[in-house]
Amino acid sequence: MTDMSYLDGNMLDGPLREVFAVDLSGATGRCEHCGTVGPMAAVHVYSHAPGLIGRCPNCAEVMLRLVRSPGWARLDLRGTTYLQVPMPLDQPHPGPL
Amino acid sequence: MGIVSPGFQGRPRSSEPALPPGQYLTQDFPVLSAGPTPRVPLDTWEFVITTETGAEYRWSWSELMALPQETPTVDIHCVTRWSKLGTTWQGVSLDTLLDGIDTDAHYALAQSYGGYTTNLPLEDLRGGRAWVAHTFEGGDLPAEHGGPARLLVPHLYFWKSAKWLRGIQLMGADHPGFWETAGYHDYGDPWREQRYQGD
Repeated sequence: MTDMSYLDGNMLDGPLREVFAVDLSGATGRCEHCGTVGPMAAVHVYSHAPGLIGRCPNCAEVMLRLVRSPGWARLDLRGTTYLQVPMPLDQPHPGPL
Repeated sequence: MGIVSPGFQGRPRSSEPALPPGQYLTQDFPVLSAGPTPRVPLDTWEFVITTETGAEYRWSWSELMALPQETPTVDIHCVTRWSKLGTTWQGVSLDTLLDGIDTDAHYALAQSYGGYTTNLPLEDLRGGRAWVAHTFEGGDLPAEHGGPARLLVPHLYFWKSAKWLRGIQLMGADHPGFWETAGYHDYGDPWREQRYQGD
């Protein structure tokens, strides 16, 4: 008897690309439960379920839930304090305002 | 082309068993899980019904086993579209567990070891339609299927049959659970195909 295996957060790239225009493959997230900050690619994703469940690799609490119906997608991020995505400005910052 | 099901008796062979809309028949028992499988030792396992006033009714494993046992044979329907027919369980009816509990609640929230929750009307736990099940097909319920004990409410989609059951909170108002807050239907009747909110 074995536990359900999980996938790493890289598998979220495709499903989340449907929702977001930005590339989340390099995103960093903070777990609302334990405060751990790390790459979303390290999140443990449980996919043998009615949706995708992303759990914190440190405390195993739920950070992300993605449910896809025929008509909509719902992304629940109440377990994620923030997402930070690499987004360099096209031009150098013009300096202090 | 015939489909041979050795040992499967008691239904007419002339027609396929009826399935809810959008479901397909499976012979195996897929394991679905939203997280790691909790391992709950029987000597620390307990089941608690908490009323809307905060009164608690607790059963240890041995106390649960001492209650009258039932062996329902039921069809189960997963919202991911598989159905499994004629599954046999053993457990304690919620009618037995709720007997003597003073409550005016209309809703229940099943709570699991591991943090899972799911909501349903209290009346759906009554009337010989819901059990705390600990045995599947004559053997201990495996942990991946919700052992030591899971809720069994086969007339609703199977996500309502919470694995690793720890307790039931009785409430005056509805309180959506884990999948319900993620967009799944509040009630989940497979025969009305209530998969998602708005169905």
